[in-house]
Amino acid sequence: MNKDKNNRNRRRSENVIENILMLCAAIFILVIILITIFIFAKGMPLLLKIGIVDFLFNSNWMPGKGNYGIWTMFVGSLAVTFMAMVWAVPLGIITAIFMAEIAPPRVAKILGSMVELLAGIPSVVYGFVGLIVIVPFIREVLGGNGLSVLAGAIILGIMILPTIISISRDALLAVPPEYKEGSLALGATRYQTIARVIVPAARSGIVTAVVLGMGRAIGETMAVIMVTGNATVIPGSILSPVRTMTSNIVLEMGYATGDHQAALFATGMILFVFIVCLNLLVSISVKAGRAHGGK
Amino acid sequence: MAANNWKDRLITAGFWFAAFIIVGILLGIVGYVVVKGFTSINLDFILQPPSRAGRAGGISTTIVSTLYLTLMSLLIAVPIGVGSAIYLEEYARSNSKFARLVNLTSETLAGIPSIIFGLFGFVFFVIFLGLGWSVLSGSLTLAIMVLPTITRTAQEAVSSVSHEYRENSLALGATKWQTTRKVILPSALPGIVTGVILAVGRAVGETAALILTAGSSLGMPVVPTDPARTMAVHLYVLAMEGISMERAFGTAFLIVVLIIVINYLANLSLSKISKAMR
Amino acid sequence: MENKENNLGVKMKSIDLELYYHDFQALHGINMDIYENRVTALIGPSGCGKSTYLRTLNRMNDLIEGTTIKGQVFLDDVSIYEKNVDVVSLRKRVGMVFQKPSVFPMSVYENVAYGPKIHGVKKKSHLDEIVEKSLRAANLWNEMGDRLNSPASRMSGGQQQRLVIARVLAVDPEVILMDEPASALDPISTSKLEELIRELKKNYTIVIVTHNMQQAARVSDYTGFFLNGNLVEFSHTNELFVNPVDKQTEDYITGRFG
Repeated sequence: MNKDKNNRNRRRSENVIENILMLCAAIFILVIILITIFIFAKGMPLLLKIGIVDFLFNSNWMPGKGNYGIWTMFVGSLAVTFMAMVWAVPLGIITAIFMAEIAPPRVAKILGSMVELLAGIPSVVYGFVGLIVIVPFIREVLGGNGLSVLAGAIILGIMILPTIISISRDALLAVPPEYKEGSLALGATRYQTIARVIVPAARSGIVTAVVLGMGRAIGETMAVIMVTGNATVIPGSILSPVRTMTSNIVLEMGYATGDHQAALFATGMILFVFIVCLNLLVSISVKAGRAHGGK
Repeated sequence: MAANNWKDRLITAGFWFAAFIIVGILLGIVGYVVVKGFTSINLDFILQPPSRAGRAGGISTTIVSTLYLTLMSLLIAVPIGVGSAIYLEEYARSNSKFARLVNLTSETLAGIPSIIFGLFGFVFFVIFLGLGWSVLSGSLTLAIMVLPTITRTAQEAVSSVSHEYRENSLALGATKWQTTRKVILPSALPGIVTGVILAVGRAVGETAALILTAGSSLGMPVVPTDPARTMAVHLYVLAMEGISMERAFGTAFLIVVLIIVINYLANLSLSKISKAMR
Repeated sequence: MENKENNLGVKMKSIDLELYYHDFQALHGINMDIYENRVTALIGPSGCGKSTYLRTLNRMNDLIEGTTIKGQVFLDDVSIYEKNVDVVSLRKRVGMVFQKPSVFPMSVYENVAYGPKIHGVKKKSHLDEIVEKSLRAANLWNEMGDRLNSPASRMSGGQQQRLVIARVLAVDPEVILMDEPASALDPISTSKLEELIRELKKNYTIVIVTHNMQQAARVSDYTGFFLNGNLVEFSHTNELFVNPVDKQTEDYITGRFG
């Protein structure tokens, strides 16, 4: 039983394996640290040089002359994101309610697969269809160039629908059936139960869905580039073209050097920090909700 | 009672209408691409390389680039991802700080948009490590993008393997690694495969990150240091520069078909798991 | 090691064995001898510590976080809780059959060959030999000998439990621990299992945890009664059931509690 040599060899190789596996797991930590370091290293100096207030609130973006104000693009991102959420959030939540509470099981399942498929379609394909179909339509029916905030809002909304739908649906399905039964037993109708009991009970999950949808919208790039016209102006109406922060990075990275490049990194840095904080907030609130015996 | 009835029916109709909008959107987009792109597909399109910057010829180099990048990124991400999952589920103590930190960073990585990965890949792989715009830079970037997905699905698959298998194996005198390798991994395989399929889907559609790391040269990539343009990037260039709508549709068609097939395979693999569980 | 009684060898024993789950003491000073080639039954109400004790004999408690052991356990006079003890070989010599027959998702052959393979047996002919020998010893060869490649999951509960025993036998243990092996089985499978146990004891030392007193009486030579983490009484099965010394034992046996 104490065949020491066999024993020691076996223990040693088991230890080696455990260490290798631990290193694999540690790569996640390493990557996040590297991303943070390198993006900050590239972007921070410029932010410090110009000052974050100037960088963010100056609407003068002219890299050729050394002007790096991203206000127009910041507004652009906000405008497109906001307009997308205006229609996608209600539609998404309604669809989620439909799938969780109203649809017959087979329909819910088919709809679920369809939402999954929607989620898998790449950004460029959405952008492409938007460019070929939506943009001319807007041009013809509503005027303007077609490449606009509206086009961006429509396409972006379609892209965040799957996120909003699936997370909201999961939240609704997680509501304990006793709530529903209790309400119905008191004589409430199906819709009263949904409106007054089930949806409020799933509230935190639905809010999570919306927040994550917003995060996705802000980070979205390719489709937005293809349909919004990319003009560095503050949009005067939804028919006006616009450029988002993410679009800016992709469009100019190919030829940007020196400070110009650094400014693009600085934009990325701001996005990075914002989205990471957003996600952390969501994570923390979900865990806190669960700790309080919540949803 | 009658008044309630029509109100009820109206609301129900409203819900069904919403569902139809979703279906309509999906069928509209997929259908449009399929119908318009179908005519562009012929053997030449698939086998001929692009010429005149994409105005003529086919898209063979982009197909190869897509496969090359996807396979290489999986080669990197799958061992690391599955290894991490095994460590977190089998070796780490249940409330170890390390495990919690890894899970947190994995979740964070999962939420970072592609453009940020593109920026990182550019400054770290392309410039800092000197790999240049290449399949290698692109694959490494893609690998860290799909790592959270692979690890998360592998974790679920491993943790759902019945703990009795572990007990019995260890009681027979097997070591932890032998138990993992011979009993747990084979049982967890379908779940792991699902995660890999999902990762393939992400890799096929990725654009922003690859433009900044794999370049957009139209040549056929041979060694990993060659630059490469995937189908998704090609679609972007063709559409934005208005080079060839016909070929753009064809490219979009292939991409969408690929995504549908991948989705189908993932669902198949998932149902294989639930059957095996019974 | 010998015992005053009948020149019986003592295969395993524990001396002042205590076990703690973090701060909770699950076993209080257990002193017990396990005689070679005999069946020792451990009985007692739920939660009394009998399964916990069983698991100290092959160090399966090591797998539970926060477990601490005080005292000693010996296998053939060698203490098994020392630092340099190879747990892997220990578990080869002291095998375990669990309550729920959990066959690996492999063929019958692969299940039985699993143990020998991980311990280094590579030659197919050798493995074939071991598989046949083990299945015969577990009374399964007649039923499954011609279907070795069929999935083990398709067997009945009773067959699966015997397969699990064959799997344990294949690593050639000296002691076989059984944790309520029949509790998931129907009466016919149970009696087949008990018959198997009686046969096995000719070549192996068996320790069986059971909540079924009649089963303990039928199958075992020695019985230990556990209560609240204490070994209240230990003696020949007949004596314990007919003439219990301790009142608590008597109460349990006559059904006044548990």
